Amino acid sequence: MRHLMMTTTAALALTAFAAHAQEVRVYNWSDYIDEGLLSKFEQETGIKLIYDVFDSNEVLETKMLAGGSGYDVVVPTGTFLQRQITAGAFQKLDKSKLPNLANMWDVIEARTAQYDPGNDYSINYMWGTTGIGANVGKVTEVLGEDAPLDSLELVLNPANMEKLAACGVHFLDAPAEMIPMALKYIGEDPNSHDPDVIAKAEPVLSAVRPYIQKFHSSEYINALANGDICVAVGWSGDILQARDRAEEADNGVEIVYNAPTEGAQMWFDQMAIPVDAPNPDAAHLFLNFIMDPENMAAASNYVYYANGNAASKEFLEEDVIGDPGIYPSDEAMENLFTTTPYPANVQRIVTRLWTRIKSGT
Amino acid sequence: MRRFLLIALPFTWLLALFLVPFLIVFKISLSDIALAIPPYTPTLDLSEGWAGIKAFLSQLDFENFIFLTQDDLYWKAYLSSLQIALIATVLTLLVGYPIAYGMANAPDHWRPTLMMLVILPFWTSFLIRVYSWMGILSTEGYLNQFLLWLGVISTPLTILNTQTAVYIGIVYTYLPFMILPIYSALERMDGSLLEAAEDLGCSRLSAFWLVTVPLSKNGIIAGCFLVFIPTIGEFVIPSLLGGSQTLMIGKVLWEEFFNNRDWPVASAVAVILLLILIIPIVLFQINQQKQREAEE
Repeated sequence: MRHLMMTTTAALALTAFAAHAQEVRVYNWSDYIDEGLLSKFEQETGIKLIYDVFDSNEVLETKMLAGGSGYDVVVPTGTFLQRQITAGAFQKLDKSKLPNLANMWDVIEARTAQYDPGNDYSINYMWGTTGIGANVGKVTEVLGEDAPLDSLELVLNPANMEKLAACGVHFLDAPAEMIPMALKYIGEDPNSHDPDVIAKAEPVLSAVRPYIQKFHSSEYINALANGDICVAVGWSGDILQARDRAEEADNGVEIVYNAPTEGAQMWFDQMAIPVDAPNPDAAHLFLNFIMDPENMAAASNYVYYANGNAASKEFLEEDVIGDPGIYPSDEAMENLFTTTPYPANVQRIVTRLWTRIKSGT
Repeated sequence: MRRFLLIALPFTWLLALFLVPFLIVFKISLSDIALAIPPYTPTLDLSEGWAGIKAFLSQLDFENFIFLTQDDLYWKAYLSSLQIALIATVLTLLVGYPIAYGMANAPDHWRPTLMMLVILPFWTSFLIRVYSWMGILSTEGYLNQFLLWLGVISTPLTILNTQTAVYIGIVYTYLPFMILPIYSALERMDGSLLEAAEDLGCSRLSAFWLVTVPLSKNGIIAGCFLVFIPTIGEFVIPSLLGGSQTLMIGKVLWEEFFNNRDWPVASAVAVILLLILIIPIVLFQINQQKQREAEE
């Protein structure tokens, strides 16, 4: 009887809660936020936050294009955002509900405007570069003290890769990152949409293919940190997270991140509100919460990615704002390139090329 | 009337859970890719009535199926999936048969416990079990550490992200589906048949080949189909345990769907996969039917 009473009370309490509670559903990249911020948002607004993660733009894009994803806030990368805006997947932001927009960094806003003109549909969450993570001990053991840790030579020169194969190399499973990198290495335009130019990336990547253990876009964080692999081509903050996990585990693994000196791809992860978001008001509240300088700084301090929020800089820890791997110097910024999305027919060629590179067929 | 209802129920089931989804996929496979929500055209506009339906039908074509024949990727992926499924099925049979045999010959009071042990892994999520294999098989994983500790090997073996890991994963995951039908066939077997065979001069080994194996044939065939069919379309095991050289149709389908955003081609791949699976199943059914008739 007591049990029954308790159940009834609980049920009543739940109904009462449901009557008032609002929900906001956020779909973000994995390992990409300080989870303390999530509970802080719930406390400040009383809105229940449901947080899901993905590890590839493709998964997000498929959900967006299928429609009815049920999410209120999603975080596509610039190139994907641009295409999804064209497809009509997002709603325009109501800027009157976003007073914290004043905190944003004009330099980054100017760059994101090439994907989202006027930044009408999105705000910048984080940005970073695509580069090379290396286990210093293992790599210098294999290649010697003068191993080119900050150069594409390390990962795209077969002579180096042959030696590194034994200790394990992972590449991103993301053709939109790897093909521009290969094109940059041979001096072609990394943003080319010309199938003939794109085809030139194939021999470069195929030549090092036998020495790559796996193409994957998130496993390398743990694999690097555990010492399972010695080199990964990956995203800046992910590799810096691996560095930190290794330091915490105190397992003798020392990881460094370098944006290649030949030029690195710069990307922007943008928060946007799907056109069919169930709760757009709460979504705006969430965006405004994220653009609060202290909150944004907390996120960057946790995930080791730079953000597009100028006002947050004073709250950043020294090992974030002072790390050129996260906030590159002005001249290093000049060396970073951006890409634009492939049209559908070129995308098919790129995917096919990528399958051929990965599987050898 | 009662008979009609009796038949109607399974047919409604088939219609709702197989035919309708199949027709939806088939319809998408005849469409064209578009940058929109959903990402294909044409969409059926019923408000225009018959004219709408006609306009809709006139836009459908078999272009995507023709495309599949023009690129060798697709048939290579189908063949490679068939090969992996075939090898994995044989391996599962080799591992599963002795286990089922041991279970069927165990003392009666042990059998429920043994049965429980076979089913027990299902209580944990399939995904978690595959992930734990990553922990076991990785270069710094438990298996390598154990072998290094034993002194059997001096450098760690690379097993994870190779074809070997895929086979280990498949055999592990699908083992119960092989054991259970074989066990139920062996359990029903009349033990006196073996005694008779031995009385008539068979050695134990030849009695096994001549009596036990043929009598468990139906269990073997059922087990093989239960392993073979889902393995062909397997996606999770090769993508988690396999390397990039592992080419399987499930992965190709994923790429068409997610990387190319080409739902029509992805649907065409799925339709052909279904056809490939249906043919052996139908052949098997016909064969069973003939046997039953011959026996009668």
